[in-house]
Amino acid sequence: MSPVLSNLSRRGFLAGGALVVSFALAPRAFAQLAGGGEGGAGPAVVAPDLKGSLKSTPWLDAWIRIDADGRVTVFTGKVELGQGIRTALIQVAAEELDIPPAAVTLVTADTDRTPDEGLTAGSHSMQDSGTAIQNAAANVRMLLAAEAARDWDVPADQVTTGGDGRLRAPDGRTLAYGEVAARLSLHVQAVPDAPLRKPSDYRTLGREQPRVDIPAKLTGGAAYLHDMRLPGMLHARVVRGPSVGTSLQSPDLDTVVRMPGVVTVVRQGGFLAVVADRQWTAIQAMRHLQRAAYDRAPQPPLPADGTGDAVAATLKALPARDISIMDTSEPAGPAARTVKARYTRPWISHGSIGPSCAIARYVDGTMTVWTHSQGTFDVRRVVAELLGLPPEKVHAIHAEGAGCYGQNGADDVAADAAVIAKAVPGRPIRLQWMREQEFGWEPLGPGMMTELEAALGADNRIVSWRHAVWSNPHNNRPVGAGGVLAGNEADPPFPAPEGKPIPMPEGDGSRNSNPLYSFANTHVVYHFLKDMPARVSALRSLGAHLNVFSIESMLDELAAAAGIDPLAIRLDHMRDERARDVMQAAADRFGWSKRPKGDGRRGCGMAFARYKNLGAYCAVAMEVEVDRETGRTLVRRAVAAVDCGQPANPDGVRNQIEGALVQSLSWTSREQVRFAPDRRASFDWSSYPILRFDDVPGSVEVVVMDRPGAPFLGIAEAGQGPTAAALANAIADATGVRLRDMPLSPDRLKAAIGPV
Amino acid sequence: MSVTITVNGADHALDVDPSTPLLYVLRDDLELNGAKYGCGLGQCGACTVHIDGKPAFSCLTPVGAVAGRRIRTVEGLGSAGAPGLLQQAFEKEQAAQCGYCIAGMIMRAQALLDRIPDPDDAQIRAHMQTNLCRCGTHMRILRAVRRAVALRKGTQSAQEVRP
Ligand code: FES
Ligand code: FES
Repeated sequence: MSPVLSNLSRRGFLAGGALVVSFALAPRAFAQLAGGGEGGAGPAVVAPDLKGSLKSTPWLDAWIRIDADGRVTVFTGKVELGQGIRTALIQVAAEELDIPPAAVTLVTADTDRTPDEGLTAGSHSMQDSGTAIQNAAANVRMLLAAEAARDWDVPADQVTTGGDGRLRAPDGRTLAYGEVAARLSLHVQAVPDAPLRKPSDYRTLGREQPRVDIPAKLTGGAAYLHDMRLPGMLHARVVRGPSVGTSLQSPDLDTVVRMPGVVTVVRQGGFLAVVADRQWTAIQAMRHLQRAAYDRAPQPPLPADGTGDAVAATLKALPARDISIMDTSEPAGPAARTVKARYTRPWISHGSIGPSCAIARYVDGTMTVWTHSQGTFDVRRVVAELLGLPPEKVHAIHAEGAGCYGQNGADDVAADAAVIAKAVPGRPIRLQWMREQEFGWEPLGPGMMTELEAALGADNRIVSWRHAVWSNPHNNRPVGAGGVLAGNEADPPFPAPEGKPIPMPEGDGSRNSNPLYSFANTHVVYHFLKDMPARVSALRSLGAHLNVFSIESMLDELAAAAGIDPLAIRLDHMRDERARDVMQAAADRFGWSKRPKGDGRRGCGMAFARYKNLGAYCAVAMEVEVDRETGRTLVRRAVAAVDCGQPANPDGVRNQIEGALVQSLSWTSREQVRFAPDRRASFDWSSYPILRFDDVPGSVEVVVMDRPGAPFLGIAEAGQGPTAAALANAIADATGVRLRDMPLSPDRLKAAIGPV
Repeated sequence: MSVTITVNGADHALDVDPSTPLLYVLRDDLELNGAKYGCGLGQCGACTVHIDGKPAFSCLTPVGAVAGRRIRTVEGLGSAGAPGLLQQAFEKEQAAQCGYCIAGMIMRAQALLDRIPDPDDAQIRAHMQTNLCRCGTHMRILRAVRRAVALRKGTQSAQEVRP
């Protein structure tokens, strides 16, 4: 019979050592900057003159090491999430060191080995880590050249490189990097002005580079955390009620501990997990325990149905803190036409294809956690506080998971696995959540609403613009034990911290609520709602999805009211040249000026945003065809144009934008988490349908703007907002019907069109 | 209890509860990474393998039911060093983001190509309908399948003209 490990209260854990909580008190202002723009903790800025994450980690050897035999290892605190960052960072390093990309080994976030760069989120990786590695590599190349110059007794600026890892003297002598590096210490701080290579000399950056992670993914190679098999590894399943806020009343532990193959049951406070030698045994034991009845903790009411009115009523019933985002007044003519509209978005699931997974091992007082969280260093902070371990006794290592698109169950499952591993010392514990646990327990993308009112003057210029947005915090990333489920279930519980807004310019619910356009008299207010009816956190693009949808829908509503072309009204109010260029590029490639006119069935729409008004510029144009009898909308073709500064890997950029476009079509056209009175009611792919092959566009084309040497601008989230609005605008052009409540589903469109 | 299964041409005798879904046997006993746990419900296709040449959800198939039948996984199509036709086409199109769905996509597509050598776009879309991708890699997956069709035609005609 297996023992039930119980009564190990948190105080029990803590008996041996002091609880370290100071990290949870890290200054939030730094966290915003260093943490990837989406909360999370982050290291302090110590070298403000340097670029990217060199500001917080200025030592060159923290980023780049060169062995005597010339092998180059590059370290990043960012992680591969399927966005292709591994390949892009290798390209950046290879270019600036002037070596072939194959000569670079890249190590991603590992609390023992790499810089802490906060979260891999907010489309910050190229800006933070790409920029740091670029400048660190330029520093290293400069030092190598200076050392070789000394050796050859020639001026340093006469030493060149040829892309092969050798330094060249004017007389043709050469030295290998490894040889020179062996005489140097790279444990020196970067200088801000190490010369970068000229874009005209680029050999690697901006060139198509096949992604290094793809071959294993196509052939069953060990590509994911899920594929790790450690000696002596056991399989665990965590046991919870159907969704957040529920707890099982009295699970039948007695039967389960007697099941053959069950190693143990871990029960601590409200936390319950089963450990077995085989996955299937663990799953069967979990299923048996889950038969228990459950309670639901009192929470604010969940929206009863999925209508826009229900979303709006739920949000408006919550107490709001009003934050002014933008407030400009200038003289403008009188309003000739005013349009008012409310837009809503329901709660959306991240819906990772692979439920979250983690492996944890507790040996000799040290906890090692393999995690696919976006915040590897935050996993260390969380686990240390949760288990009462000093942070240096927690080693968190990133390993790739399925795409997450924000904070899914990754952080929770890492903490779960660590709790179990602590109770079963010496044995690696592999824990994967079940599909229904991912849907039921992950933080959702928050439901949101906006109210806009805009007026056009007689000259068709916008004379006033009001935008109010209501949203929960999108920034509930765990930086301490209270941020994860296992922390809330501990005895005594670590309370969930109160949600806080992310200040502009990044913003959270307010993200992209400040139009990049020049409108007279712009008033934008964020009604921040700290009380969360459903557990929520960051979902790709945060509030930009609804804010851009609202702004770009409103522009088309105004254009339609005044009979102006949608491209013209945008260009008329846009001063930013790069913004104008991407709109024009998308329009040209799409054939906007020659597009078919909306005819009741077919129509075209476009939209634009610069992500956060700081990141990549993205314009999307699409043509749709609507079946008026069913309301089904098919995107016949879509074109996106994107300006991300110097692209590292143009095909990687296209891949991300294509993906963002298709994913945003799915969110916008059909996704919505359903709620029963006492729990979430979306728990699988039939109760939470997403876009399938039958409904993906006929074609998607992405134009990547050429911006040689321009600073990197992250692209991963740039497509979400523009795609959503382009779809609504195309449907309106096709049918004359304006849908303002997501999802823009066939049922809603059919009802709005009325009897055919 | 002992069950013998044939995977990618090799026989494996396993001491395992016959009700265990094939997925866990492939992953945990045979240490094959291709088939993935996505839902365990037959709804997403991440676990797709072939059983006697037909695509099947390994998450729903008890291992006891496949004794003596031919099982093929993505590892059976080729390796990173010697990729099969579809794997080459997916590589060429860079048809993956996170890639978690992709082994299932390739096995699903392989089943189509085994049946219809030259499918049109509508046939490809209809056939791939079963499998979910959350990253939105669909356009590239479709291109990769079309490329595999073209590659095969190219290979065949190359072979045909050979003396
Ligand atoms: S894991 Fe088998 S269909 Fe989803
Ligand atoms: S590539 Fe990520 S789920 Fe398909």
